[in-house]
Amino acid sequence: MSITVYVPKDSTAVSLGADDVVSELLQHAAGQIEIIRTGSRGMLWLEPLVEIATPAGRIAYGPVQAHEVKELIAAGMLQAAKHPKCIGKPEEHPFLKTQQRLTFKRVGIVDPTSVADYQKHGGYLGLKQALTMQPAQIVQCVTDSGLRGRGGAAFPTGIKWKTVLEQNQPQKYVTCNADEGDSGTFADRMLMEGDPLTLIEGMTIAALAVEATQGYIYLRVEYPESIVTVREAIAAAYKAGFLGDNIQGSGKRFDLDVRVAAGAYVCGEETSMLQSLEGLRGEVRVRPPLPAIKGLFGKPTIVNNVISLASVPIILEKGAEFYKNYGVGRSMGTIPLQLAGNIKHGGLVERAFGLTLKEAIYDYGGGSASGRPIRCVQVGGPLGAYIPPEQFETAIDYEALSATGALLGHGGIVVFDDTVDMAKMARYAFEFCAVESCGKCTPCRIGSTRGANVIDAMLNGQDYAAQRQLLDELLETMLQGSLCGLGGMTPFPVSSALKYFPEDFKPRQRPQ
Amino acid sequence: MSALEPHERSAVQNALDQYGDQPGPLLVVLHAIQDAIGYIPEAGIAAVAAHLNLSRAEVHGTMSFYHHFRHHPSARTVVQVCRAEACQARGGQALEEHDKQRLDCDFHHTSADGKVSLEAIYCMGNCATGPSIRLNGKLYSHVTPERFNSLLAQKVGS
Repeated sequence: MSITVYVPKDSTAVSLGADDVVSELLQHAAGQIEIIRTGSRGMLWLEPLVEIATPAGRIAYGPVQAHEVKELIAAGMLQAAKHPKCIGKPEEHPFLKTQQRLTFKRVGIVDPTSVADYQKHGGYLGLKQALTMQPAQIVQCVTDSGLRGRGGAAFPTGIKWKTVLEQNQPQKYVTCNADEGDSGTFADRMLMEGDPLTLIEGMTIAALAVEATQGYIYLRVEYPESIVTVREAIAAAYKAGFLGDNIQGSGKRFDLDVRVAAGAYVCGEETSMLQSLEGLRGEVRVRPPLPAIKGLFGKPTIVNNVISLASVPIILEKGAEFYKNYGVGRSMGTIPLQLAGNIKHGGLVERAFGLTLKEAIYDYGGGSASGRPIRCVQVGGPLGAYIPPEQFETAIDYEALSATGALLGHGGIVVFDDTVDMAKMARYAFEFCAVESCGKCTPCRIGSTRGANVIDAMLNGQDYAAQRQLLDELLETMLQGSLCGLGGMTPFPVSSALKYFPEDFKPRQRPQ
Repeated sequence: MSALEPHERSAVQNALDQYGDQPGPLLVVLHAIQDAIGYIPEAGIAAVAAHLNLSRAEVHGTMSFYHHFRHHPSARTVVQVCRAEACQARGGQALEEHDKQRLDCDFHHTSADGKVSLEAIYCMGNCATGPSIRLNGKLYSHVTPERFNSLLAQKVGS
């Protein structure tokens, strides 16, 4: 009987050589093995991580380079023999052992596009439950779970759904915003590549909850591997009768399609995403009306992010109480954190809300990759604040982070060591805003370019005090006067850099 | 305005035939054209507009809003370099500078010998193992300037 070998097809694993490892395995162990491509377990510094099925569970080796495969096979890898590269059972690795994986429980374990494998690992139990419930009961369950939008706005998901359910309209939509392109975040990508059926199940439950019949996943063009995997998973779900006009014989209909985005960061903003789905320029719409009332093509629409929707199946499966028991205060459930940037052990950590930044960065992340002291972290993407080490004891929950002037956003934590130039990072925040501004409102369109100019002038020592005041006024204008979060939140990284690292903004000999 | 080449005409026509009747089809159609031939010919805008009952200005306005769409073919080799913070935290800025010098062109331009197009990209979700690039669609981690040179040499020689 052949040995089952699991190798991730996750794009980070592939970028580190996973496909070449597969070729080598096939060359040197042809006939002995069956290879299953999975997502990543999220221990990205160990990728490519090769797992061997044994009667006692899977045994993992990593990181495995293509040129090492022959030697590893000779050393007994396929028989799960001991080896310096062997990390034992992945779920017992310290990085994974203390995690609380609910949304990501199958990622790295299942074949992402196999409905049978998905069901074998507890998939579609949430939908099964939802099919026995009235729409209002499903909405109530999600409301009771305390689930809040994982995209950053942290709006209660159940309340949003309730508004859509209450609209008396024959056509409603469920849309998934999979174009939240915050730097340092890859949870959406990992889920879509590793367990897309969880997202599809979550969207199907959402459709039942609000009586919608059509869904769209608006997916980043920068994630071509995700596009392929999600499309394959959708096709598999149709084939198995989990999508289409008679879901599991219930008579309920839900159709789902992928729409590929086109590289505009602002389309991560919900109204801009809806414009784009309609085939228009992705300019932000003025709210009200809310998308829940007048959304896609003017119809009531759910707009949720990938992780919010992918958290729904387990809530329906295990109940609101189960989910709610994770977390602290008003931040209930789990949050998939992403350790990124200059980090030794980068990857995905799903934990109940409430662990500290320090635990995330040091206990899981192992400190900086360069070995140098960490100077700051940026939490929540390019619009998130820079947080200095004095605040690393802050708990990771929506309220605690807000209280320090930061935000959790998408849960990405980008680590910088002491070589970082914070004036450059502040300038970059403006530059990025200028590149990505949709141009509809003035504070964002003009403020972003002016902001970069003012920082240049400060560093050049041109009338420093006046420039500094100008910058403060500009930041206030952008904060108060922008239509959406792009212009309105660009001040966060800039202000935090100014506040905590003023020494970096002193005039310099030569312009940087 | 130049006329469409035969292969351009068929790409435009195929995209419209296949996707023209979807709800809000413009982005889907533009993607299909670019996926087929690598760019969206300017001369194709009129045909797209007429078929979808839009003005040419609307099609142009939408197309030009998005970074992804292009009017001209790229070079045979396309390098997309991530400029986002997580890659910067691991030496991305030095890589950017190196790449521009090595190819002697700025972002969104093509090297003097016409062989390589250099693009900036803002996050490919490969944020724990940066700096990251995509070379002809394939993603690479831990790209130092030296590694950049050797990866590029494998594609274009020199």
